[in-house]
Amino acid sequence: MNWVGRRVLRLEDAALVRGEGRFVGDLVAGAMAVRFLRSPVASGRILRIEAPKGALLVTGADLAGVRPIAPKLHKFNFVATDQLILPRERVHYVGQAVAAVAARTPEEAEDLAEAVHLEIEPDPPVIGLDAALAPDAPRLHPHAAGNLLVDARIATPGCAAAFAEAAHVVEIGIRSRRQNAMPLEPRGGVASYDKASGRVTLHASTQIPHLLRTGIADCLGMPEADLRVVAPDVGGGFGQKMQLFPEYVVLVWLARRHRGGFAWIEDRSENLIASAHARDQRHRLRAAFDAEGRMLALEADILADVGAFSCYPTTCGVEPLMALAEYPGPYRVAEYAAHARAVTTNTCPMAPYRGVSRPVITFGLERLLDHAARRIGMDPVELRRRNLVAEFPYRTPTGLVLDEASYLETMERAVAAADLPGFRARQEAARREGRYLGIGLSVFNERTGYGTPAFATRGMEITPGYERVELSMTPSDEVEARIGASPHGQGLRTALSQVIADELGLDPARIRIIHGDTDRTPYGWGTFASRSAVISGGACKLAAAKLAERLRRCAARMLQADAAQVELREGMAVVGATGASIPLASLARTAHHGSHLLAEEAPEGLYEAVLYDPAGTFSNACHIAEVEVDAETGGVRILRYIVAEDAGRLINPMLVDGQIQGGVAQGIANALYEEVIYDADGQILTGSLADYIPPTCAEIPEIEIHHLVTTSDASVTQAKGVGEGGAIGAPAAVVNAICDALAPFGIEIFEMPATPDRIRALLRAAQEARA
Amino acid sequence: MTTHPVSFTVNGTEHRLEVEPRRTLADTLRDQLGLAGTHLGCEHGVCGACTVLVNGEPVRACLMFAVQADGAEIRTVEGLAEGEALNPLQRQFHVNHALQCGYCTPGFLMLATWLLERPEMLDEATMRHVLSSNLCRCTGYQNILKAVRAAAQEAGKWSGPATV
Repeated sequence: MNWVGRRVLRLEDAALVRGEGRFVGDLVAGAMAVRFLRSPVASGRILRIEAPKGALLVTGADLAGVRPIAPKLHKFNFVATDQLILPRERVHYVGQAVAAVAARTPEEAEDLAEAVHLEIEPDPPVIGLDAALAPDAPRLHPHAAGNLLVDARIATPGCAAAFAEAAHVVEIGIRSRRQNAMPLEPRGGVASYDKASGRVTLHASTQIPHLLRTGIADCLGMPEADLRVVAPDVGGGFGQKMQLFPEYVVLVWLARRHRGGFAWIEDRSENLIASAHARDQRHRLRAAFDAEGRMLALEADILADVGAFSCYPTTCGVEPLMALAEYPGPYRVAEYAAHARAVTTNTCPMAPYRGVSRPVITFGLERLLDHAARRIGMDPVELRRRNLVAEFPYRTPTGLVLDEASYLETMERAVAAADLPGFRARQEAARREGRYLGIGLSVFNERTGYGTPAFATRGMEITPGYERVELSMTPSDEVEARIGASPHGQGLRTALSQVIADELGLDPARIRIIHGDTDRTPYGWGTFASRSAVISGGACKLAAAKLAERLRRCAARMLQADAAQVELREGMAVVGATGASIPLASLARTAHHGSHLLAEEAPEGLYEAVLYDPAGTFSNACHIAEVEVDAETGGVRILRYIVAEDAGRLINPMLVDGQIQGGVAQGIANALYEEVIYDADGQILTGSLADYIPPTCAEIPEIEIHHLVTTSDASVTQAKGVGEGGAIGAPAAVVNAICDALAPFGIEIFEMPATPDRIRALLRAAQEARA
Repeated sequence: MTTHPVSFTVNGTEHRLEVEPRRTLADTLRDQLGLAGTHLGCEHGVCGACTVLVNGEPVRACLMFAVQADGAEIRTVEGLAEGEALNPLQRQFHVNHALQCGYCTPGFLMLATWLLERPEMLDEATMRHVLSSNLCRCTGYQNILKAVRAAAQEAGKWSGPATV
């Protein structure tokens, strides 16, 4: 029986639906409560920090020997920023932690924080791309000329010529407003000190326990082996929790200095203001088409507002450089030029958020194609048909190799499901009643499951990529898989158990996935970049196949048969020809307690370790949104939402659909609702969930999902990553649909979120222009 | 800080406590009674992760002081399961993949418990309206709605067409 491909219910659920999950906030008992004092101004000089006598206060001066967070790229004119764990002289953004206090309870710590006298002399801050790029702009970091932290250019040789001979040249500018990934569980950590060993254990709500340990140990100059990092249940991360945050370094420093326990559980306002932001980007795009609508060349000018410091480990290059490398997406275009810059401002640092730059570049390219279709006078679907890559492998102008995929087929499937002719008739009828319906599509590919070689092209000093799995069988024949990856709520334990179960002929319930604990798992990178199922899943498959082979050899010895004839199924090793069998439990017991009997077959016992480091694979999808726009209020309602996607072989279709549904909801939020807003002084205006507005079930529609399956050799499980696709495709599809709805007004939207205010302003402008 | 005596029952067990008047019901349940299943997502009454039932009504436990719950009957997620077995609503959340990270789940379960225990039949519009009080960041909500619909059908409380 195959477990892979089935809708296996989650192993994770039982504890969570009973309220018996263990999140970091559930682990604070006995620890001192830590409260951070945060900068009330965007830029300024620290004059004084004074706490009441006897208070436990930590400031930058206390951390004199602690090294700053300073991740690096060795390419792309990268300028490193030194983010002090607590600043000594200057503050760089509103919400930056400037000191910490600790008290017996969180309430007392808050009281204490209010009693601290914090005096900062404000300077005029640099807020927004234009201010940062102005010729006379003050420099945030003295060594970062022009406030640029990354300045990268690439161009194919024939780009200018292609524009010169084009039948149509189309140009647009797009704007993506700042987002917060907003995991429902905010950040938090509990550091405890073991007096017997001198070791510190940090429980943290993180996606990257091993890397967090490395980062903290490097900052504190402590032996990494004396720090244990544990990720307990993590209440969502979406990229935000793959950072080394200064707060965690302070917790470990406090635990070591005071030989005790210290807990910091942030509140929502801290999370909204001072965790990490994303997607604050502005692009200009130009494309050249021939008379038949074939794209000859694409030019992109990419600006990313990356905030005050580079995030660790990816650096602030993660957004602009992903845009630069991946802008052409699933489309065939021979000539490509791009200029990508990371611009530093006095705002909260940028970090990856589900999809990173791809929701923005997909928005850019798909808006460009719809705009071009109008200009050229061609149906938008037909224009895409003429440009999608159809032969694989395909080498993109930036050197990426697109493996087997179904760009055209997924689009055709989605278009068929949407019943375009039927929709156009309904749209016509509605317009006659003064109602504005629209339909929009987006087609994209999602680079997933990429290992070290892919990250190495970015010149990262810390180059992620591989995943390790250590697999062993206990004497009572359960399988323990120790993985370097670290789930944050996506059901990875279930999926990996299915993969292992198939190789070993065991029920997934007999498999324990051990994760998120640096004392109990091999070094690995964690969960991000739609990599866990592909890379950790691949490592699990390879390791389980090796263990299966070993078990077959053990069984062959015990049954005096040929190993090639032994099959593992339902907990037994069975010899095909004779039907002779032996329970795995018996083999497991012998391998441990009668190992002399299996000295040749299992000299190292029932243990296999595998490292998997693939080059990467591309999943793909087409999203179609049908919307109604209220031309009076600017409000948008999504009437129907279709996803046709191809993630290769589905390990667990239920989990895949869950990833898509959740991702689309975040993409719709990105398209219509969520926006982090700073005023000109760098004060944040969206510091509560009354101002930063994630959608509820009243806004998110049913999502119809169609699966296509195109496998490639790029993934040993034949699964492609699918963690980010929903969030990538939705903004473009939704905004294209709004533009289609408002076509009678001659309106196009190039900015997201497309809020009622923005839509109304465009409608007003269009009406005034007509009048 | 001074404390006040309060007494209330939680999941049928009576508790007598001394609490600071500023202490929320959520913090009291979590820190003083060790009932950590009630989660805090925003502490300003928007996300609903801390939803519990107080005298049969859904309440944001982050917006209620423990002293306000004096004498009340409180129900939390820990009281749902029937011994070893999940209750029908919990089981539907599991079967319908209505949770991913599970952080919002206790709040949704308590809110839906209230919906299902009302004497009225439940319809789609009411369900969506009520469940839109809470935030989930992982699932995109459809499976939560599916789970509640299925639980309502199982309980003979669904007024719409059968969907599962």
